[in-house]
Amino acid sequence: MADLVSHPDEVKLLSFRFGKGAASIEKYLELGGYASARKAIELGADGIVAEMKASNLRGRGGAGFPTGMKWSFVPKQSAKPKYVLVNGDESEPGTCKDRLIFEHDPHSVIEGVIIAGLAIGSRMGFIYLRGEYRYLLKIMERAIEEAYAKGFLGRNIFGSGLDFEVVSHTGAGAYEVGEESALMESLEGKRGIPRIRPPFPAVVGLYGGPTIINNAETIATVPHIFRIGGAEYAKLGTERNGGTRLFCLSGKLERPGVYELPMGYNLKKMIYEVGGGIPGGRKLKAVVPGGSSTPVLLPEEIDIGMDFDQVGKAGSMLGSGGVVVLDDTVCMVEFALRTMKFYRHESCGWCIPCREGTDWLEKTLTRFHAGGGQARDIDNIRYLAENMMGRTFCPLGDAAAMPTIAFVKKFRKEFEDHLNGAPCPYAHHREAALATV
Amino acid sequence: MSGDSSESKTIFSPALAARFDRLVGLYPVRRSALIPMLLYAQDEIGCISDEAVAEIARRIQITELDVRNVISYYSLLHTEPHGKFHVQVCTNISCMLRGGNELFEHCKRRLGVGNKETTPDKLFSLEEVECIGACSWAPAVQVNYDFHENLTPESMDRVLDDYRARS
Repeated sequence: MADLVSHPDEVKLLSFRFGKGAASIEKYLELGGYASARKAIELGADGIVAEMKASNLRGRGGAGFPTGMKWSFVPKQSAKPKYVLVNGDESEPGTCKDRLIFEHDPHSVIEGVIIAGLAIGSRMGFIYLRGEYRYLLKIMERAIEEAYAKGFLGRNIFGSGLDFEVVSHTGAGAYEVGEESALMESLEGKRGIPRIRPPFPAVVGLYGGPTIINNAETIATVPHIFRIGGAEYAKLGTERNGGTRLFCLSGKLERPGVYELPMGYNLKKMIYEVGGGIPGGRKLKAVVPGGSSTPVLLPEEIDIGMDFDQVGKAGSMLGSGGVVVLDDTVCMVEFALRTMKFYRHESCGWCIPCREGTDWLEKTLTRFHAGGGQARDIDNIRYLAENMMGRTFCPLGDAAAMPTIAFVKKFRKEFEDHLNGAPCPYAHHREAALATV
Repeated sequence: MSGDSSESKTIFSPALAARFDRLVGLYPVRRSALIPMLLYAQDEIGCISDEAVAEIARRIQITELDVRNVISYYSLLHTEPHGKFHVQVCTNISCMLRGGNELFEHCKRRLGVGNKETTPDKLFSLEEVECIGACSWAPAVQVNYDFHENLTPESMDRVLDDYRARS
C-alpha cells in the first residue's frame, strides 16, 4: 500500500526483500529465509546471545537498549514459562517503518521471534500489532500459517526436537500500549496501564513469566544478523551502534519516505540529499529527529551522525527513527500544541503528573496560540513540563515533557510573538488549528 | 473445552462464533482473547452492543463490568454505531505539516458533519484521529481499516465518491 522509495546511499539489509513478494513463504525461502533460524538452532542459546552482543544492535523502538544484553538478563531457569513479545504497536507520531516490515517481510518477524525464543529458552512468542493495522494482521496471520505448514513452527521445529508457538494479536487503539509493561497488560486483556518496575519483564513479565519485549524492527533485524554475522553487522554502523535502521522521513520534504541507512548517517545529508530538501525554496526551521517525543533540533544542530550516542550528545534522542522536518512556514506554538494534544489524548490517566500535566499544558498552549497568552505562561509551560519529568510511572510523561521544554527553550521568541493578543504570525495555519481544537 | 459457549445461544455468525471458540484457547489465559474478540465483534455487528458485551463476558468468564472497563480504554472500540464508512483523518504532526487540518476541514464541509458525527443517511461518520502510521505518505486517512495516503482535497473527494458508489 504505502509507496516504497529508494536512494543510492541506502544499505538495504533489513529491507532487501521489500517489494519482492516475500510475504509468501516460498519467495522468502528463495531469498535465503529461515536459514538464520537453522543456524541459530546449531549455535544454541549462549551462541545466539554472543552473536547478538557482537552485532551491537540496539532497540529500534526508541530507547536504544542493547538487544543482546536485554536477552542475557532472562534467567536460564524459570518455574514459569518464558515468552517473547514483539511490539508492533507502532504509534509514535512520525513513525511508519514497522508497517513496511509487516507488509513486505512478515516472515523475517517470525524468524526473529524463533531466534529470540531459542536464545532465552522460550516456547511461545506473540506478535502484537496495533488495531489500525488490520491489513497487516491478515498478512501476518497467513505468514504464521505458512510457517506452521512447513514445520518451522509448532512441534519439533526444523526437526530440532524443540517446540515453538507463535500467535499474532491485535490491539484496539492506544499509544500507551507501546510502552512495554502496558503492552503486556493489553496482551493479558486489560487496560493498558503500565506496571511499576522492578521487577523487570526479563524476570517477571507476561503471565508472570520471564519475557523479552522487542520492537518489530529489532526482531526483524535479528535474522539478518545471523545471515551476515554479528561482527559484520556491527561494522555497518558506528561504535556501539551496529547496523542500519529504517528512517521515516516526513514533513516538509521533497521526497518523504522510509529509507534504510547506516547508523550514524549524517542528519543534514538525510534531509537535503536523501529526502530531497525542503520544497518550494523554503528554509529549514527545525527537525524532530526521532518521533514526536524527542526534543527538537535547530538547523545549526543537525550536522550530526544519526546514532543513539551522537543525537544524545546533541541534546535529543534517536528515538523511533521518525525524522519530522519543519520549514519556516510552521508555527512552533501550534506545533507544540498539536504535540501536546496528542499526549493528553493518549495519557492513560493512571498517574497524576502525566494526566494533569498534559491536560494543563494542552489548555495553556491552546489559549496561548489563540492569542490569550500572558508573558508568565511561557515560563509556566516550561515549569509544568519540567515537573513531569521523571515523576511518572512510565515514559509517557517524559515523552510529553521533553519536546515541550525544547520548544520553549529554543523558540522562546515565537512564543513571545503570540503575546498581547497579537495574531499568530503564521495566520494561514491558525484558522484550521482553532477549528480543530 | 469451549463447548459451553458455542452450544449456548450466540448473537454472532457461525464463523465468528467458531473463531471465538478457537481464540479463547489460543493463549495461556482466556482473557488474552478479550481485545481481539471485542474488535471482531464490533466489525461484524457495527458496534459493541449490550448483547455483545454480555456474550463476550460469558465466553471469557469475566464480569460485564470488566469488559466495559476495557472497552472504555481503547480508542477503536465503541458502543454506538458509526457510519457504514468511518472516515478517520489524521491531523497529528506529520499529517498537519502536509495539510491534515485542511483535509479534516474539507471532510467536515463535504460530509456536512462535525468531529465524531454521522451523516443522516448513516453512510459516513467522521473522526479526527491521532497518528495512524502513514507519516511518510501524509496526509493520510483511514476509512474503516483501509489506508488512503498522499491525499489532496480533490483526491479525498474521489475517495469519498468511491465509497458512496460502493454502498
